[in-house]
Amino acid sequence: RTKTQNFCRNEYNLTGLCNRSSCPLANSQYATVREEKGRCYLYMKTIERAAFPRRLWERVLLSKNYEKALEEIDENLIYWPRFIRHKCKQRFTKITQYLIRIRKLTLKRQRKLVPLRRKIERQENRREEKALIAAQLDNAIEKELLERLKQDTYGDIYNFPIHAFDKALQQQDAESESESDAEVEEDDDDEDKREFVEADSDLSDFEDMDKLETSSEEEQEEEEEVEKKASHPKSKGKTPLKGPARRKRPYIEIEYEEETEPATKTKAA
Amino acid sequence: AGDGSGPAGSVVAAAGEPPGEPPAPQRVLFPPTFSVSEIKNKQRRHFMFVRWKQQQRKEKLAARKKRRKEREALGDKAPPKAIPKTIENQRVYDETTVDPNDEEVAFDEATDEFAPYFNRQTVPKILITTSDRPRGRTVRFCEQLSTVIPNSHVYYRRGLALKRIIPQCIARDFTDLIVINEDRKIPNGLVLSHLPDGPTAHFRMSSVRLRKEIKRKGKEPTEHVPEVILNNFTTRLGHSVGRMFASLFPHDPQFIGRQVATFHNQRDYIFFRFHRYIFKSEKKVGIQELGPRFTLKLRSLQKGTFDSKFGEYEWIHKRREMDTNRRKFHL
Repeated sequence: RTKTQNFCRNEYNLTGLCNRSSCPLANSQYATVREEKGRCYLYMKTIERAAFPRRLWERVLLSKNYEKALEEIDENLIYWPRFIRHKCKQRFTKITQYLIRIRKLTLKRQRKLVPLRRKIERQENRREEKALIAAQLDNAIEKELLERLKQDTYGDIYNFPIHAFDKALQQQDAESESESDAEVEEDDDDEDKREFVEADSDLSDFEDMDKLETSSEEEQEEEEEVEKKASHPKSKGKTPLKGPARRKRPYIEIEYEEETEPATKTKAA
Repeated sequence: AGDGSGPAGSVVAAAGEPPGEPPAPQRVLFPPTFSVSEIKNKQRRHFMFVRWKQQQRKEKLAARKKRRKEREALGDKAPPKAIPKTIENQRVYDETTVDPNDEEVAFDEATDEFAPYFNRQTVPKILITTSDRPRGRTVRFCEQLSTVIPNSHVYYRRGLALKRIIPQCIARDFTDLIVINEDRKIPNGLVLSHLPDGPTAHFRMSSVRLRKEIKRKGKEPTEHVPEVILNNFTTRLGHSVGRMFASLFPHDPQFIGRQVATFHNQRDYIFFRFHRYIFKSEKKVGIQELGPRFTLKLRSLQKGTFDSKFGEYEWIHKRREMDTNRRKFHL
């Protein structure tokens, strides 16, 4: 069982525990070993000097050589009680050991402990949170990626209708916009007519269609093809227009077999 | 009776009642000469203050409603909405901000330590290590970081001094050294050093999330070289830090991999994210986060390689000088 003992706060204490035999105040004849700046000294107190507090503790420098220092202790503390002599030597041994360890450690890498300042930590964490919210990272990354896509850094990997294509398309649209509108309108009228007429007879209708709209339908077909490919991701507002156009197609195929059949076939597919 | 220059008499009576009572009648107004701080009694003062606050809020709400009505009434002729002030808007102008056409900066960048990388003469090779005795989280973080950065190797420290490691690294052709400092089982610092005596940057690392802690993450990052996005590095200091980050990754990203590593600077905090992207259409892109994430804050930038005693510091974060203004940022 470990004995519970008090520690002595006096700096000249030999063992460090508070006992009658190891208290420097309770004993008129006392000795200690203390070290200062890496050198060990032997401190002695005798009863003759009890009246002179300033000269009470006599100090002797011990040599750096371990064995010699032990001899010096023995020499100075000759005729002193066994207990004090023994404890002095023990203390001296311990001190030299820890001094050696200090010297070894200073040669290795020292770990520098930097204290964390609580207020600063809190401040920085809070600012980081706010910065994160302000950053809107996902949006920023997406925007940057789209920018890079626009500026063609990815080359030909992605098959989107890239802007050059769109521009050409827009030009074409601009040129034939009015025409196509007119055509569309004509088509609508014709479709109505056609619907009505289809019910009655077929061949005559085809001939009529032939005469009426060869050129316009060709153009329209081309535009349709182009627009269809391009506007797949775009709005589907044009498909209702093409609906009746689609209905036309079975008839048109027969008409334009030589010219545009492969195109229409792929489209139909 | 105690409130000498106080409000109307009805208020005095109300103040005398315990504050739990129903609110005072609407007609009570605080005349402009009245100040809540003149009441000596704490309870009554608090009560008055609460009442004053409520009134302020009401006035503000009324003003806002009025403004909105005016705007609606004007219709098209209404003045455009004011832009709200943000910290980024109000940022103090930094004189070291880089102008894209600046020749001096361009010349500097052509001749600084990263020039061989940007001229494609060197291929980055990175050594990742930690401080002594890393704990589990740090080790796993190092591994994940090495999957994110291509051509990187993780080595354990085992008590070696950095000063001795560096010449060995240079001998084995490493271009960059990353040391992750650990404290209480979590990584909290990063030292990034460009090797053939390049600048050394010391960061404070925070909110580290490993891959398993990220929600909705994708599969593991592949071996493809990712793209790099550097956002918001505006000043000279920011530029050099940005180039340091850019030099970690090989120059030619493999777009097949569709991976992107982002270093986004916001208010001096650098957020690192690693995503996989896919273009759903021309105007829409989807991103999925893989890979670890962390935030860095620059603490110091040294000119040579890592040397804590004799190093020449190009920039150190000094709290008392630099943190005084909320709208001033350095990166």
